[in-house]
Amino acid sequence: MNRWLIFLMFILPAAGYGQVTISGKVTSHKNQPLFGVSIAIKDSYDGAVSDSSGNFSFSTTETGNQVLEATLQGYQPFQKSINLSQSAIKLDISLKELITELKAVTITAGAFEASDTKRSAVLNSIDVATTAGANADIVGALKTLPGTQQVGESEGLFVRGGAATESKIFMDGSLVNNFFYSSIPGIATRGRFNPFLFKGTVFSSGGYSALYGQALSAALILESKDLPDRTEGDLSVSVIGIGGGIQKLVKNKKASWGFTYNYTNLGLAFAVIKQKQDYFKKPEYHQVDGNFRIKTKWGGFIKYYGYLSWNKLGFRNEDIDSFALRDVFKLENLNTFQNLTWKDNLGRGWKINSGLSFSTNKDDIENELRNESDQKMLITNPIAYALKNFNVHNRDKYAQVRAVLEKRLKALNKIRFGSEYLYSEENTRYVDFQGTSFLQAVKDNFYAVFAESDIYITNNIAARIGLRAEHTAILNRWNMAPRASVSYQFKNNGQLSFAWGIFYQNPDRRYLPASLPNLHFSSATHYILQYQKLTSKRIFRTEAFYKKYHNLYKTETDPLTGQMAAANNNGYGYARGIELFWRDKKSVKNLDYWLSYSFLDTKRDYLNYPAEMQPNFAATHTASLVLKKFVVKWKTGFNASYSFASGRPYFNIQYNPSTDQYHILDQGKTINYNSLGFSMNYLPNIGKKNPKMFSVLVLTVNNVLGQKQIFGYNYATLNDHKIPITPTSKRFVFIGWFVSFGIDRTEDAINNNL
Amino acid sequence: MKKIFFAAGLLLMGTTLFAQSEKYLNAMQANISALDTSFKDPQNLLNVAARFERIADKEKSQWLPYYWAGYCQVVYTYLIQDKSTIDPLADKAELLLKKADSLQPNNSEISCVFSMLATARMLVDPMTRYATYGTMSDNYLSKAILQNPENPRPYYLRGQGLRYTPEQFGGGCKAAINLLKEADEKFKAFKPASDIDPNWGEEQTRKLISDCNQTP
Repeated sequence: MNRWLIFLMFILPAAGYGQVTISGKVTSHKNQPLFGVSIAIKDSYDGAVSDSSGNFSFSTTETGNQVLEATLQGYQPFQKSINLSQSAIKLDISLKELITELKAVTITAGAFEASDTKRSAVLNSIDVATTAGANADIVGALKTLPGTQQVGESEGLFVRGGAATESKIFMDGSLVNNFFYSSIPGIATRGRFNPFLFKGTVFSSGGYSALYGQALSAALILESKDLPDRTEGDLSVSVIGIGGGIQKLVKNKKASWGFTYNYTNLGLAFAVIKQKQDYFKKPEYHQVDGNFRIKTKWGGFIKYYGYLSWNKLGFRNEDIDSFALRDVFKLENLNTFQNLTWKDNLGRGWKINSGLSFSTNKDDIENELRNESDQKMLITNPIAYALKNFNVHNRDKYAQVRAVLEKRLKALNKIRFGSEYLYSEENTRYVDFQGTSFLQAVKDNFYAVFAESDIYITNNIAARIGLRAEHTAILNRWNMAPRASVSYQFKNNGQLSFAWGIFYQNPDRRYLPASLPNLHFSSATHYILQYQKLTSKRIFRTEAFYKKYHNLYKTETDPLTGQMAAANNNGYGYARGIELFWRDKKSVKNLDYWLSYSFLDTKRDYLNYPAEMQPNFAATHTASLVLKKFVVKWKTGFNASYSFASGRPYFNIQYNPSTDQYHILDQGKTINYNSLGFSMNYLPNIGKKNPKMFSVLVLTVNNVLGQKQIFGYNYATLNDHKIPITPTSKRFVFIGWFVSFGIDRTEDAINNNL
Repeated sequence: MKKIFFAAGLLLMGTTLFAQSEKYLNAMQANISALDTSFKDPQNLLNVAARFERIADKEKSQWLPYYWAGYCQVVYTYLIQDKSTIDPLADKAELLLKKADSLQPNNSEISCVFSMLATARMLVDPMTRYATYGTMSDNYLSKAILQNPENPRPYYLRGQGLRYTPEQFGGGCKAAINLLKEADEKFKAFKPASDIDPNWGEEQTRKLISDCNQTP
């Protein structure tokens, strides 16, 4: 009996060594065969991977009741209990697709994204920095995308028939009030922000999210970088100035801090490249910025970025009314910006995104009429000469508090809601030729609450629905702005999106009268239809849009100062058009290019326009071709861009006191705009690993062919003379050397980086 | 009688334990030899990777199956044409390698595969990713050498990297040949800890050297 027992003990395990074959087919719930699915008996060695027709087959030596698992990334794991007593098991498996970021449709209508990590990105940070003709200016690079205008006489983003003031720029959620250097007559100033500060840029040329507001046209949403890869110092020397900075990554890699200083002086460049203006004070700029970033325990970030920027310039121009006289313009500006943000995971799918920002701006502008020997002239007859002597002093303060909470629901569904409060205090003191001061002080308390939801029905259909309510003290009114967009992804990965939304905006401060009449928000309704197909090497995108403007501000002229002020909301208008974008990194080896084209039909009656007409900042046809080629042999990148815009309308609108109406005294269309930009980046240290020094030598030339460009016309007040507004110089050449030094010793780098 | 039972019990336990580890060794060996023929057949490589992963998940305390599973996944990314699909595969490989690393910390062999993984990620978009992943890849090789200066694989990988770096960037045969020869010397002296420990790269090193000798 005992022998039997021992015998059984030995024999039984061996008896289990029979084999069972398990085979079948794995399909998606849409009945398509799935490749690469891992099928296994749980806690055993036995299993297989499905082939391209979804079939699998394997044999196992396991016995009894077991669990069969099937797993594939992006699909819900499958488990089933099986009994291995038969000799063959046939089992067909159907896996349910998970809604994942990797596969799901992205909500893109109206938006262009620049990012180094996101798959929906159209550009990356290097593209922004190396686009020829853009001079490493963020907005310069965006001007090669469809929807934007080639406006050279003033700064800002002119999008789809909208004025520059109708586009707003946000950094980590906070509104940037003075993104560009202060306006100079006839010159487009640059943005104050270095493109390398940002890891992601979303340029929405319409239909943007309910999280943002107060822009009738477009929102440019910039997201600052997280921690730097290593401690680094950098230096730059160029024909226009010098700069240097340090970025320190603390040892535990949880925080970093840094600052930079840049000094710009255009004296040297202007001595070589003749300017249209006669500068008696060459533009000079100082900018100091500082930042810190702290990674929190839950993977969030506390970030601070702030700068202090000062600049001064002064020039003479021939006076338009009399060639014997000179117009003198002097500007001194001090601008500060501080932004502190906190974003974090709060657990249970909750996230917070909050910010606190404070900025100040101080402009001192002097305008004078002088004679040929540079003496101030006060001519009171006709009075128009005297009115050219004035000073403007702006003292502005802005503060913003903002918090957005996000809750992640099932799959990718999300709900976001939040609120923001903006305080602004804008004091403008206008001093006329007699020394009389007119003070205009505008304070605003602005509140907004908003909510938005991302709804993923399947991987192929998603919608975003949002609502925003705003209240402004200036108008003492509420508005309610609904937004919605929906995207559908086709089998070929192309996607079709539609966006709709209502957008409101306060009157521009320039047109705020001392005593405010009963005004409303101006508003725009956007309808956007987009088709987009993205592969890793090619992007095709086309959009059609229709925009309807309501309640645009109409202005009247103050007889005392000649200033225009908003009087009513009787303005209106529309914009419609078609845009195309094509980027291709594949067809020609080592050549990357993009092509954009926009057709725009827009008319509006606003400000002092006597009727509905095409505004002077809107060209009907705009196109850009951007080429980038890196020649490995020479370690040099060559970039070129060609921009074209059809002529823009120009007009001279004058107020006629006898009829109490505005009239067009003269009008026309400028010549077409053509510009070829070129840039070259030489990277001598490329390819070295852990280089102690990394340098880039940059050469850029704007308007290489010296093509004639006319942005519009300035009109004389006393006669019918007009002068074309042209670029300040025929072309501009920039040469600069940028170096960064790794401060970590290599071994530190090894130990700290891994 | 009790004694007999006890002895029988011991014997039984012994055989099952022995059988278990023999089963493990056999499965690992079979899989490693299957690997040699898989480099030309990506589908098969995935099968092998999945098999290593099954062994790893069953054994739980062995680092080698995770190491090999991660290695197969990384090599697989080198074989696919559409580089844009690499990231999710690399995430998977990273997960496996991290498991291996937690079971066998500070291991030169694991650092080598981490380096290969960084290179795979770099290849998705070399222009923008070089600064991060190119540097990371090289740092892992430096780390691998610090962890075991006698391991030939970091020398081979660094030599191979240099061999395929354009000459203008300081690469090419001339720059690589000394490293490859050093790797070859180390391969001659290297004895893997067991049959199932990493022992790849020797043949490839020789091939690189002979290629370089033919195209001076």
